[in-house]
Amino acid sequence: MSLKLDHVNYTYGIGSAYEMHALRDVSLEIPDGQFVGIIGHTGSGKSTLIQHFNALMQPTSGTVSWNGEDVWADGYDRRSLRFHVGLVFQYPEYQLFEEDVLTDVMFGPKNQGLSKEDQQKRAEDALKLVGVPEELYRKSPFDLSGGQKRRVAIAGVLAMEPSVLVLDEPTAGLDPRGRDEILDQVKYLQEQRSITVVLVSHSMEDVAKYVERLIVMNRGEKVFDDTPEAVFDHYLELEQMGLAAPQMTYLMHELSDNGLDVDIHADTVETAEKSILQALKKRAGEI
Amino acid sequence: MDKDLTIGQYYPADSAIHALDPRTKLIATLIYIISLFIFDNWGYVLGIAFLAAVIIISKVPFSYMLKGLKSIAFILILTMLFNLFLTPGTVLWQAGVFHITREGLKMAIELGIRLVALILGASIMTLTTTPNKLTDGMESLFGPLKVFHVPVHEIAMMMSIALRFIPILMEETDKIKKAQMARGADFESGNLFVRAKAMVPLLVPLFVSAFRRANDLAMAMEARCYHGGEGRTQMKPLHYHGNDVAAFVIICAYLAAAITMHAIAGW
Repeated sequence: MSLKLDHVNYTYGIGSAYEMHALRDVSLEIPDGQFVGIIGHTGSGKSTLIQHFNALMQPTSGTVSWNGEDVWADGYDRRSLRFHVGLVFQYPEYQLFEEDVLTDVMFGPKNQGLSKEDQQKRAEDALKLVGVPEELYRKSPFDLSGGQKRRVAIAGVLAMEPSVLVLDEPTAGLDPRGRDEILDQVKYLQEQRSITVVLVSHSMEDVAKYVERLIVMNRGEKVFDDTPEAVFDHYLELEQMGLAAPQMTYLMHELSDNGLDVDIHADTVETAEKSILQALKKRAGEI
Repeated sequence: MDKDLTIGQYYPADSAIHALDPRTKLIATLIYIISLFIFDNWGYVLGIAFLAAVIIISKVPFSYMLKGLKSIAFILILTMLFNLFLTPGTVLWQAGVFHITREGLKMAIELGIRLVALILGASIMTLTTTPNKLTDGMESLFGPLKVFHVPVHEIAMMMSIALRFIPILMEETDKIKKAQMARGADFESGNLFVRAKAMVPLLVPLFVSAFRRANDLAMAMEARCYHGGEGRTQMKPLHYHGNDVAAFVIICAYLAAAITMHAIAGW
């Protein structure tokens, strides 16, 4: 069930004064069960890229395939593709429209043609997963707080039980606690249900903590595609693109340059702590 | 993104038309529209030639202007059909209750040309003038009405906000539409009733967001002490320049030519 992009180009407003190459020759493959991160400066083509994943955008040239089938071939059912590749847009709370929370989350399953009972079960499961308490199910989505609305909107996509979940900045504008809760929940899903997750993010810390593979976009091109550790080795190049490595990467490089034998690939607070303590112990042992 | 809606949108370019004072363009457009109603037969050639010249000078691609016409194509064709079939006169062709008359044919063609020239003429103005300048120009032109307690400034402000919001709401519509399509919404198939119902998931969030934006904007304006037009000065007050005088001379010469040709040669 893999997703594959082959030499994809996308140009906005061809032939007008606003013509812009949003994607240039992007090729990538996302195998099952991977937790992939996509980072890039604003306007680097991240959002355009992920809209190709579920055929909301048609490439100007190149092919997008799902399970080896070209999704833009004649007669391909792109609507059902969107049930397999669930896309949560940035600020998804602005898409809520139903009278109550539960009905809104049932919108996806309803479009899938499930029975009323199944729709409700799927919706309740999804709401539980994102941590929306049951007393809110019959409330209007417009009466909820920003963080709760965000959860409901994410549940709206989860309820379709997609095998690939694409999230565009799911934590933008949330407080640190809400952010961790949502991302932990996504990680849990990826591990327990072995779904594929694509996380678009601005936060290097989040990316370092959760993803196993990191794609860096710059001016519509795929610049890096590797493990986060390997990508963060290029932290100087990342800075030139207006990005940065996690704080810990800087700290570890600094420590290593100053003679402490630490692992420069430690990019989260936890791994950095471990590595520093180990290095200190080792040094104490030597003395 | 749906970029077909070009009516009322600005097209950035560096041209003599762009550089004119918005008041000049407003008055010139008005004169041009009036001229279209003077012509009878051959006068339209003059009108179209003039329009073509202005379009070329404005550096706005013609294809871009045609896109603006697409949105009114339906009304245009409908009006032409009505005139074609429902004008009494010398019958040229008949089939059952339908008949085409010489007068109807002439009327339909004239009306079509007139409408297209009218829309293109007006869109040249909006395409070459930023919404802000356009409303400044209107405010200044309608300024004398303040004597009669017409809230000229407020009307101009509302217009500029409305124009400013068109692209924002278009983008918003596109975003919401895609978000709902990502949840399997289907906007394209089904009969009229089904399709109208399918619009609910699009329209509700759109209205909610429009109200939210309106609220935010009102608050931002108040935070910057906006209190209507009284005592308000402008950072870039409008001034007529030499090119505006030239433009007035040209448009007046055009109008004079149109009237003369109509009176003398029956154009």
